[in-house]
Amino acid sequence: MNNTATTNNDLLAPSKRLVKRYRAEKRFRRCGIAAITLSLAFVFFLFFTIFSDGISAFKQTWIELKVEFSNDLFANENLAAADYPGLVKRSLRTMFAEVKSRKDKKLLYGLVSPAAAYKLQDMVEADPKIIGTVQEVWVLADDDVDMLMKKKIDRTVPESNRRIRDIQLEWIDKLVAQGRLTTNFNRTFFTSGDSREPELAGIRGAIKGSFFTLLITLALSFPIGVAAAVYLEEFAPSNHWTDLIEININNLAAVPSIIFGLLGLAIFINFWGLPRSTPIVGGLVLTLMTLPTIIIAGRASLKSVPPSIREAALGVGASKVQTVLHHVLPLAMPGMLTGTIIGMAQALGETAPLLMIGMVAFIVDIPGTFSDPAAVLPVQIYLWADNPERAFTEKTSAAIMVLLAFLIVMNGLAVLLRKKFEIKW
Amino acid sequence: METATSALTPSFPVMIGNQAESVMEDSDAKETARNTVGTPFVDAPRMTCRNVDVFYDEKQAIRNVSIDVDQNEVLAMIGPSGCGKSTFLRCLNRMNDTVSSCRVTGSILLDGTDIYHPSVDVVPLRAKVGMVFQKPNPFPKSIYDNIAYGPRIHGLTQNRSELDEIVETSLKKAGLWKEVRDRLNDPGTSLSGGQQQRLCIARAIAISPEVILMDEPCSALDPIATAIVEELIAELRTQFSIVVVTHAMQQAARISQRTAYFHLGNLIEVGATEKIFTNPLHQLTEDYITGRFG
Ligand SMILES: Nc1ncnc2c1ncn2[C@@H]1O[C@H](COP(=O)(O)OP(=O)(O)O)[C@@H](O)[C@H]1O
Ligand SMILES: [Mg+2]
Repeated sequence: MNNTATTNNDLLAPSKRLVKRYRAEKRFRRCGIAAITLSLAFVFFLFFTIFSDGISAFKQTWIELKVEFSNDLFANENLAAADYPGLVKRSLRTMFAEVKSRKDKKLLYGLVSPAAAYKLQDMVEADPKIIGTVQEVWVLADDDVDMLMKKKIDRTVPESNRRIRDIQLEWIDKLVAQGRLTTNFNRTFFTSGDSREPELAGIRGAIKGSFFTLLITLALSFPIGVAAAVYLEEFAPSNHWTDLIEININNLAAVPSIIFGLLGLAIFINFWGLPRSTPIVGGLVLTLMTLPTIIIAGRASLKSVPPSIREAALGVGASKVQTVLHHVLPLAMPGMLTGTIIGMAQALGETAPLLMIGMVAFIVDIPGTFSDPAAVLPVQIYLWADNPERAFTEKTSAAIMVLLAFLIVMNGLAVLLRKKFEIKW
Repeated sequence: METATSALTPSFPVMIGNQAESVMEDSDAKETARNTVGTPFVDAPRMTCRNVDVFYDEKQAIRNVSIDVDQNEVLAMIGPSGCGKSTFLRCLNRMNDTVSSCRVTGSILLDGTDIYHPSVDVVPLRAKVGMVFQKPNPFPKSIYDNIAYGPRIHGLTQNRSELDEIVETSLKKAGLWKEVRDRLNDPGTSLSGGQQQRLCIARAIAISPEVILMDEPCSALDPIATAIVEELIAELRTQFSIVVVTHAMQQAARISQRTAYFHLGNLIEVGATEKIFTNPLHQLTEDYITGRFG
């Protein structure tokens, strides 16, 4: 490069080969960066679409009704037998006295959710003294009204192409003007089970189902997995049998999870006669699926405990079992826990095997025990995603957000554990 | 036993093999066991090893070794790398049991009891024959717990104050007390290499062994730490029998009373350290200590 320094030419002016090499290195680095950028872009795209679709599901629309709990409706002694849907309709009719035709009345009734009747019933049963009074009551709006308020139904499209009629739009605008229509935080989503009505559907049931299922999975797969890993790594003689077992465990980790579902269906439900669609069967199936992960992670972390620690313990006269329990296992535990959490996270997101054992049923009740029929989060997502109603789309994305939140927390916990207990020798 | 007694007379060392034999010829003849020259046996031994063979699967690592470990002596084992010093040392507290391919034949007695007898339990054996390893390997626990672990699992103490006492005396014997008395709850791994090795020695003596085996205890230490540990070994001789494997001949010369020279799985020569280093009987020993190979 420098004309005057002729003697040092080969150092100063890089040869053609060097230039080529640098260029190749640069190209290689650029490829790597491009790959990372691309995958990050996909992740962001995924998060963005889910977020923008689902965030609105955390809000819900309410309508304030003026309800006259007139005595004539409650002539019967049995409060539960009163005509609450009729009461809701009557309230709507009095609020919109101008609506006369049968067709319009039907549209008017469609503004509020069927849940309104239940709410009125609850109020009366909680406090029968309100009979004979007039009350202002906030009731859930129908999901179509909700969609309109969230701008998911476009007012500008022709009436025939939209689920909300022009006349309904008028009423809604009137309600908004009167301050009788509002949106606020959607508690229903977190407190109720599945429902045919989108505005009533929640993930409480699925979360509890996932919780019970994972509890069974954890309670079974952690002790069994750790015991198996410890035995195989520390005590088993190395012979053909242990080789065979090792190969099989590695194979099991690669078996498609739906196979475990079929196995669970054949053994746990058809042979043992356990109730289908329940967390106990789901937990058993997911245990089968998670065990190989935990055993492999457990063995790896046992292997990473330096042999010098074992020798030290044996050298002061600890027995084999004492050596393992006092020294090796505590050192391997963080790794085992990390593996377990990752296994649990996999189990939390697993859908296919649970479909096989009937956890795909439509279940309204929130499960209270391990043997109650239940759905789990990913299956709930599957069910909602399958539902054609517009309002379930945002529910689907919201449920995915909840699932992702759980997964991020679990994986974060695993990373934290690994960081915290990173062994320094 | 027969061959051992024939070599028992210390004043008349039996010489086997041609002294002029070269190293090359020796490796050709390595399949055959050699007899030991010098003074492998003592009058009132703590440990007695007779005709010990050690195999890793089919491969023989130790051939027909017979030697005694005296009371209150430091016995050094020297020899080129791979000659089986560690293997033999680990037979003395059955540490080789952990290697599944390893098979030991012959007899090794501790105070007259065959330690390989089927009814002997290795747990009390290892309490009597302690071990210190090449790389300092403190437990990743507190300094206190490192020492207290042995006494705890062997049930040597009734209460906390007795345990405190054992920890203190062990650390004092290992010359570590002054340095760590204020930080007994710090992790053992936070000490320097030399301190860690002395901690390991303290851990070994906390269970009051009779014999302490040390496998190259200074090879991972710097010269100053090495000097301190060597001094410590010399002091410990008053209470324990110590068998030290080392590849540093000067170290053997400094700390031991007797020295054993191993060569390709054979015990070539045993004798008073002074004699081995000044006037070895066997050509192979001489070759080794004069640095012709090793
Ligand atoms: N665990 C083992 N399995 C198989 N062979 C071994 C094992 N340990 C040592 N050996 C072999 O035994 C011989 C002696 O080894 P070792 O006792 O470690 O020698 P030294 O300590 O004198 O350097 C070597 O040839 C070594 O390869
Ligand atoms: Mg060695």
